[in-house]
Amino acid sequence: MHELSLVTSIVETVTETLAALPDAQKGARVLEVRLRVGALASVIPESLEFCWGIVSEGTPLEGSRLVVNLLPVVVHCESCGQDAELEGVQSFRCPRCGEPCSDMRQGRELEIDSIEIEDGEVKA
Amino acid sequence: MTTRIVELRRGILKKNDELAAGLRASYTTAGVLVLNLVSSPGTGKTAFLERTLKELKARGARVAALVGDLETDNDARRLAASGAPVRQINTHGICHLDAEMIRKHLDGWPEVTLSGLDYLFIENVGNLVCPSSYDLGEKIRVALLSVTEGEDKPLKYPTLFNSADAAVITKMDISEACCFDRELALRNINEIRPGIRIFETSAKTGAGMEEWLAYLVEARGGAETLSL
Repeated sequence: MHELSLVTSIVETVTETLAALPDAQKGARVLEVRLRVGALASVIPESLEFCWGIVSEGTPLEGSRLVVNLLPVVVHCESCGQDAELEGVQSFRCPRCGEPCSDMRQGRELEIDSIEIEDGEVKA
Repeated sequence: MTTRIVELRRGILKKNDELAAGLRASYTTAGVLVLNLVSSPGTGKTAFLERTLKELKARGARVAALVGDLETDNDARRLAASGAPVRQINTHGICHLDAEMIRKHLDGWPEVTLSGLDYLFIENVGNLVCPSSYDLGEKIRVALLSVTEGEDKPLKYPTLFNSADAAVITKMDISEACCFDRELALRNINEIRPGIRIFETSAKTGAGMEEWLAYLVEARGGAETLSL
């Protein structure tokens, strides 16, 4: 249950990003924050959303939507020589040939993909 | 008013990952093998580590341990009986260790310098979920599972077992009394992490410890420093 510290880190990163925007875009409001979360990232989207409103309150992210894009595990199968998407996380075998696969190519991501912002009023 | 998309592509745990990368580089420079031990509370991490420290010390290796718990220094006191330097990390409610806690406790640890060590063990907070997200710069992450826990633990907590480099089954001395299905447990671990090294051990009887110690020596790449 470390979702609260993850959300705190997301809010900090986005706030820093906003502060680094050119002067003309200062005061931008965040509409949406999009995350990429691997199926093996040990993160529960509902818990992130639960913390979102609380942590973002009083920041430029207040009122924004959190969109969690869940990524399935992708392994590389040596026998087939190809990548394959796993349906779940209960068996790390190639869905085509059934061989065990330890070479993981996707599934542990835990990152902020992008943010959608609405530009603030440009000061004259 | 216009809306725009700003690409960030930033790891949420970037700060921890960067700190861990720095730690990893300093471990490598110092030539110390660092292991991160993770399991549920009660698996027997401390007993396993007590035995490991004792055996390594008896063979002339320079060892130390950092041990994480929410509260108390009970584990540090138990481990210190081995004669190895041990430092307790109290997280006060946080469910995992992070790279910053490791850095802080390595700094200002008078009896320990990394270059004066062969092995550093980090016993994580007992938790099968959160520690898997936090890189501590370790070379080897060890997932432990006791015979009392149920053979399907790896299936229930795939993230932790999948991110491990080695698996240790503890309390093998009571496996019969627990009706532990060894074949099933091994199969489940392999289903989640195909090809992982698995050690079947008992800290009480010492079963499986020789194989484990040999693995440590090999992983450190310094077979000549220890006579096993």
